Amino acid sequence: MRDHLGRPLVAVTGIGAVTSLGFGVAESWSRLLAGQSGIRRITRFPTDHLKTTIAGCVDLPEDRAGEPLTSPVRVERMAAVAIEEALAEAAIGSKGSFPGPLFLGMPPVEVEWPPRFDLTRQAGAPTYAAMTGAARNRKDIYETFLFGGVGERLSARFGTRGAPISLTTACATGASAIQLGVEAIQRGECEACIALGADGSVHAEALIRFSLLSALSTRNDTPEKASRPFEKARDGFVMAEGAAALVLEDYDAARARGATIIGLVSGCGERADNFHRTRSNPDGRAILGAMKNALADAGLEPGEVSYVNAHGTGTPENDKMENFGMRAIFGENAPPISSNKSMIGHTLSAAGALEAVFSLLAIRDQRLPPTINYDEPDPSITLDVVPNVARDASVRHVLSNSFGFGGQNVCLVLSGEPA
Amino acid sequence: MNRKQVVITGIGLVSALGEGPDAHWDALSAGASPVVDETSFAPWSVHPLPALSLDKQIPKKGDQRQMEPWQRLGTYAAGLAIDDAGARDLVADMHLIVAAGGGERDFALDEQVNAELAHANDPAQAGARLNELLSTGLRPTLFLAQLSNLLAGNISIVHGVTGSSRTFMGEEAAAADAVRIAHARLAEGRGEIALVGGALTAQRWDVLLLYRAGGGVWDGPHKPLSDRLASGGGMIFGGMSGFLVLETEEHAQARGARVLARLDAVATDASHRAAPGDSAAAARALLSRVAPEGVDAVISGATGTAAAWAEEEAFLREVKAPFRRPANLIGHGVEGAFTAHVALAALALSRGGFYAPMDPADAGEAPSPDRILVTGFGQWRGEALAVLSRPSSSRKAENA
Repeated sequence: MRDHLGRPLVAVTGIGAVTSLGFGVAESWSRLLAGQSGIRRITRFPTDHLKTTIAGCVDLPEDRAGEPLTSPVRVERMAAVAIEEALAEAAIGSKGSFPGPLFLGMPPVEVEWPPRFDLTRQAGAPTYAAMTGAARNRKDIYETFLFGGVGERLSARFGTRGAPISLTTACATGASAIQLGVEAIQRGECEACIALGADGSVHAEALIRFSLLSALSTRNDTPEKASRPFEKARDGFVMAEGAAALVLEDYDAARARGATIIGLVSGCGERADNFHRTRSNPDGRAILGAMKNALADAGLEPGEVSYVNAHGTGTPENDKMENFGMRAIFGENAPPISSNKSMIGHTLSAAGALEAVFSLLAIRDQRLPPTINYDEPDPSITLDVVPNVARDASVRHVLSNSFGFGGQNVCLVLSGEPA
Repeated sequence: MNRKQVVITGIGLVSALGEGPDAHWDALSAGASPVVDETSFAPWSVHPLPALSLDKQIPKKGDQRQMEPWQRLGTYAAGLAIDDAGARDLVADMHLIVAAGGGERDFALDEQVNAELAHANDPAQAGARLNELLSTGLRPTLFLAQLSNLLAGNISIVHGVTGSSRTFMGEEAAAADAVRIAHARLAEGRGEIALVGGALTAQRWDVLLLYRAGGGVWDGPHKPLSDRLASGGGMIFGGMSGFLVLETEEHAQARGARVLARLDAVATDASHRAAPGDSAAAARALLSRVAPEGVDAVISGATGTAAAWAEEEAFLREVKAPFRRPANLIGHGVEGAFTAHVALAALALSRGGFYAPMDPADAGEAPSPDRILVTGFGQWRGEALAVLSRPSSSRKAENA
């Protein structure tokens, strides 16, 4: 089957997820539908002197008190869990052999404090020159913190084909990874691929960096109430960790092998902003462009969208702009929109992929996850945000928004299997 | 699918040899000496960047202040490429793919933290103090200068490139895949014009520290790339940036753009290098896709690391074409290398000539090549090939 532009349809045949609500799609999704929050006090490192001491942490069995895993190791573990789950559902390839490439959305990584302290002790001096001298043949440090390290290890473990592509478009990363996979199938480069978003950046330096940009909620006393997208008292996003993997396949090939089709990625749209490093142009041009491009790519009119899975970070700025974009695209008849981030926080590089997964589940179950913590409406936000309680709905096409720092905006359209 | 021919209409090139096409052509066609700083980071050497007239490409001081040297370099070279292509009025719908590392850390703060906390015994106390030192010591906007995707973000802000924006990570391979994807998207009709490139600032300790941990950095004053092999090989990093404006041929013709070269094919792989010969075999398989009938000359992405060198030597013996290794003169540029080397290939094709030997072991002469192969053998992973041809060349391009 071909789409309205003559391209192969792209099916999703396997999904996997890790969030602060649980390991696995079933647990994360059921708790999302129940309106539960995964945000809690950070316990794996000291939080003294931090403005924000809460996050959507995914603590791993290997985390030891005072010695948590570093970010790239965390990303790799969560990514592997999500891929395992997606592959088991898709039932494609064989153990250690997947018949297509890997598109890995992940955060930038760098040598962290534990290895720097280690090298300083070994060198007997705290300078970079001394650490560099002591670093000779520390393959453990090199392979852990290379940008290509996580992708290489996942590629080797799951036996994906060709060069794995690791990418970042800030908060749109997961959606960009899916878009790259969709394009690869559409151009006939492969019949199947794994698209993935993963993030494990909750450590002190990252929290401080975002705090210095005044981006984070400081509602530390009530963690589960801190993420308040679209609500009047929202005061920033809550950092979180997680991963989602999707097995994407040429629809005909998937049907031919008898795979279960979870849904389709029927459109992708992107538009970069050139206004500011952390804010959208007030004219909304880039956000609108990404949303319009996604709908056009899917061959849909705005009225055919049943539900929008919001970027909905809970920063005053984002939610105002998203409301503006929604009204500009959909006018008076905007479909319901809800933010998963109200429950699992902002999973950064994983968000676009996790939200694509939850969009597909909304279609599968004909049920919209809520926006929790919606206590007092913001008069300037007029949308139906599915406040606090999940509800049944007829869901055929979902628009999933991802808007990144640095002006990188990506929207996806997820759809049910063609009748 | 009816694939479109893709051409290169602009290059933005900065290296230790200078900036722009003329500086590189003049130096490299006549035969240049390496430009090296052997003292600032001794015992390690680096190929330093030339002084850049930043105001010419990043006119607002406020924009310059929001960046550190890495983002400034890439944003600067991206502007050179846009100017070289005469494409300033096409940026709104120009697509962008950047191959990125990370931005500079605050080295003085890191050393201060190390001095105070590396030997701490109480993890809880040390963690609390780390939070305090970073909260008070980090400059608020430094994060934006460190974020990998903010090189692309700055290119959008400074030059107005807003078609789309993607940032690939993963050392040498990221740049090759950036060129591959940009080429494939244009060839299949997703847009008409794209900007692709990468940058490395080598005069920074965090880069040296990470890569030295892999064992592949040359310890000592500069020695020719090929001479380092006897002592185990090693990379000397070079500050560089290469940006390319890619365009469909019909779009370039319709606007009367000067075409530097055709970008015929780009292919990449990532063998796991489990055994000697794996990497060469991967490259060999790529060659049969991108240039089954051979090439006239090669620009090699040799980094200086011994294992990758041996693989590439085995591969080049079969290509049987004259080859040049820029890393001897300008150093290894990691994310900036592949696009800089593609820019050098496009430059040679546009000038109708080739370069003098760059390393003492560079062999063969190619007075007027029609077809140039650019190789990439990553220091750890990644095999990549790009084939460019002279725009006037009548040879039919293969599709990879």
